Formats: sequence, structure tokens, C-alpha cells
Amino acid sequence: MILFQYASDQSLMVYLSDSIDLATHHRVLKLLRLLEAGPIPGVRNLHPAYNSMLIVFDPVAQEHAEVERILAQYLDRLDTIALPQPRVIEIPVSYGGENGPDLNDVAEYHKMTPERVIELHSSAQYIVYFMGFVPGYAYLGGLPPELTTPRLKAPRKKVPKGSVAIGGSHTGVYSFETPGGWRLIGKTSLELFDPCSAELSRLAIGDLVRFVPAT
Amino acid sequence: MIQVQSPGMFTTVQDLGRFGYGPLGVSPSGAADPIALRLGNLIVGNPQSAAALEMTILGGTFVFPEGGVVALAGSDFGPTVDGAAVRTWAAIEIRPGQTLRTGPTRSGARCYLCVAGGIEVKLLLGSASTHILTGLGGFEGRPLKKGDVLVTGKPFNQPRAVPRSILEKLQPRKTLRATVGAQTGWFSTASVARFYESAYIVTEDSNRMGLRLQGAELETPHSGQMTSEGVSLGAIQVPAGGQPIILFVEQQTTGGYPKIANIISADMPSIGQLRPRDEVRFEFVTPEIARNLIREQEALMGQVCGT
Repeated sequence: MILFQYASDQSLMVYLSDSIDLATHHRVLKLLRLLEAGPIPGVRNLHPAYNSMLIVFDPVAQEHAEVERILAQYLDRLDTIALPQPRVIEIPVSYGGENGPDLNDVAEYHKMTPERVIELHSSAQYIVYFMGFVPGYAYLGGLPPELTTPRLKAPRKKVPKGSVAIGGSHTGVYSFETPGGWRLIGKTSLELFDPCSAELSRLAIGDLVRFVPAT
Repeated sequence: MIQVQSPGMFTTVQDLGRFGYGPLGVSPSGAADPIALRLGNLIVGNPQSAAALEMTILGGTFVFPEGGVVALAGSDFGPTVDGAAVRTWAAIEIRPGQTLRTGPTRSGARCYLCVAGGIEVKLLLGSASTHILTGLGGFEGRPLKKGDVLVTGKPFNQPRAVPRSILEKLQPRKTLRATVGAQTGWFSTASVARFYESAYIVTEDSNRMGLRLQGAELETPHSGQMTSEGVSLGAIQVPAGGQPIILFVEQQTTGGYPKIANIISADMPSIGQLRPRDEVRFEFVTPEIARNLIREQEALMGQVCGT
């Protein structure tokens, strides 16, 4: 069920479905690839998400009706796009201790050992649904349901860069030092956003991710 | 060359921002009041998009060992050159060794120091803009400090005057006009009416990422929770607690709070002139009016280029 929604005088939202699932994710990714390969005139930015894409354009040069008209053509062509095999990115993680100050609390909450939390967290394969919030931050899907843990009641003012965390049914890596309310179980030394590298961001929409305990 | 003798409260290098990196979570950043930046650049003969210094609330003191032509655009920070008052919105010739001093604002939040030739920093993803949260871009990714030395480029064109009549039409507004946002339909009619009828105060913890407002509490549909999605510049999101937040130039690219309204493009620069404790009100306009207003504003800017 596709829905176009006016978001501002310089942006149009398109919802590709009302659920978060892999099939929807693939449609978002295909739409992104079409928009990158054949940019709509006047479009300045794209914000893909779980089941939607925000399209930002120059309000002087372009308008909603025209963007919607071109998008509708792209959406008709989604099934003709074949996505390549996703990359698998390994993220080394130092779990627990000062790198993961909340690991023991997470273990206690689930009445399991910290070792079991690490085993569960590092045995799953995650998918990058989209990048957002801050540069290099990946919204990951695939946290084992046994690890769903409520966020902290009082968010930290500063979460160290590289922290690997669980918040609700999500897990993620803080790509920069930001405030945050997720529970910190470990830390990676992998640079997630490097403006000097050609790819800029270590992770991209559609990638598969594995966390590997650092020895 | 510019030597920073005192940086002021919060001074960063900004241009018109970096676009196209949304899929990597990178917001455009750029000048908080882009109209002032563009006009300041035009006055000193620069391309509108040249990098300049964005000063906030309290301006800095700068020495020009080689001299130069500058303009102060935006709010009036009481500029002087070697102690003598100089005009805002006009080209000022600074002789080698002279000192430009600015102080506390006499009007809005931001003043731009534009220099003929522009500020030269290493571009990041095609832009000189500083992104504070991530420490990227601009001058070493941070606000200026005492002792910093900035490189300026070769002047482009002769300075030009901007007609007073056009400047007046481009002045910042205290009542910001807004259209519907992506989730306006989720809010009750009473809540939307309350939003447009109330005065809000800009709180102290407002910055280039967002302006937190305090005022009439708004009902938050679905307890302020929703599936995260892309958020547009100037979106007014209402988290649990019912106090609205305006997303601004260094905004997060995605968010999970319902948005009751969105500031129109033509009034975005006015957000950049709001100070903490300022009162702000909102006026509802239709998408058609919003489109006409940005087109009129750009037509005025076009007139400046043609003068």
C-alpha cells in the first residue's frame, strides 16, 4: 500500500508499506537505487528509513505533484531491479568491563550470564535497514528477541563513540559521541564514519552485520 | 588572513551546507540564517555560497594583518573598526593591521562576517560548513578559539550595495509561518488550534540541531512514539511531554516523534535569528502560499544579484 504524504513545502514522504519487514526494506533500497541512478531534477536529499523515503527538493525549481508523478513511475519499476548480494561487515567488539558498563545489568535483567548475552548478541546476523540520526549510524534489525531490554530511565548525556548498545528491541553502534539512552554492552574500535575514506561510512543501507567478540 | 583575537560566544565557519548525504545520516548543516549569509557575500562581491563566519549572540574580535573588504550581515552586533562604529549590511574597507570588533547582539541571534574572497578551509563533502555534534567540516570541526588564524581567498568581484527596500522585505520574522507536517492528521483539531494560538518561548538548550520550545502543552498522539522516518528541516516534532521541538540545520536526519507542522522554506532563515528566551508564534499557511512565498523571496534575491 503506497502512500504519498506532504511533509513540508520542500519535501514529500512516500510510505511503501505500513510494516517493518525485509520485503519492505528491499523495496526502499530499490527505490533508493533508482533515485540515485536517475535523479529527479531539483531533488537535494533523500532520507530512506524502515518503510519510507523522504525526498527533499528545491521548492523554487520543483513541486510536490511533479515529484509524485515521477516517483509513481519509479515505483512501477521496482520489481525490475535486482539487488546485488549484500556485503557482510564484521564489527569487532570488546564486550563488558569499562567498554560495556551495562552488560551485567542486561544479563541480570534477562537472568542469564554476561557470557550468554555476548554469545546471543554475536551469533546473530543483522541487517542495516537504513542509516540515520547522525553520520554513520545504522538502524539495525535482527536483535535476538531474548535480548530486548528497556532503555535507561535517565539517558546518558554523553555516550562514548564506538559504543555497542541495546535499546528496546534494537541494537546499534554509536558512530559519534552523542547523548543516548541505550544500554552499553561493548565498544568497537572500528571507525564508522571517516570523511577521508572514499566510502565515507563503513556501513550502508542493505549491508549485513556481524558482531565479533574481540579477543 | 584573519587572526582571531577573541572568538565571541560561538563562532563557526559556515556556507550553504552539504546536500545529498542523507542516505549516510549526514544533515546539510550550513548557515542558520542563509539569507543573511548570501546577502553578506553579495555585498563583498563573493558568490552567495562563499564560506563566512557565523557569530552567535556575542561576536568576536578579529585582526586583519593584510586588510580586506568585509560586510556584517544579519543581526547588529555593534561592529567597530579600530574603535570607530561601522555600518552593518555594507562593504567596509579594512586597512592592514586594523581590528574589527563586535559585541553583544542588539537584535537577533546571528551575525555573519563575510570577507571578500571568502574563508578558505578544506571542504568536507563539498562544503565548508561546520557540523558541531560530529566535529566535522569548517575550521578543525569546531567553534573558533583565540589565536586561530583563518585563510581568506582572493577577492572575486567589486563590492555592491543592497537596496534598503529589499533588505527591509527580507528582515527576519517573529511569527513563523508553517504548513502541515507529515503527522498533522494524528493530532486533534483542538491540539493543532492550541499550537497556532499559543506563544512559545525558545529555551536555553536550543542550538543548531534544534530549538526546544516551552509553552502550551500539546497532546502527543501514540505517546509520542512512531516508526522512525526521515525528518525535514523545520519540522516541528512533539515528543512525550508535549513541548514542541523545531528541527534545525544540524538536525538528525531521521526521527521517531510525530510532527504537527513544518516551518515554511521562506521563514527558515528567521529561525536562525531566534535567541533563547525569545517568544515565537506560528501562523498556518497552505502549501500554495508557502510555495509563493519562497518564490517571492528568491525573486527578491535575484533582484539583488541584478543590481
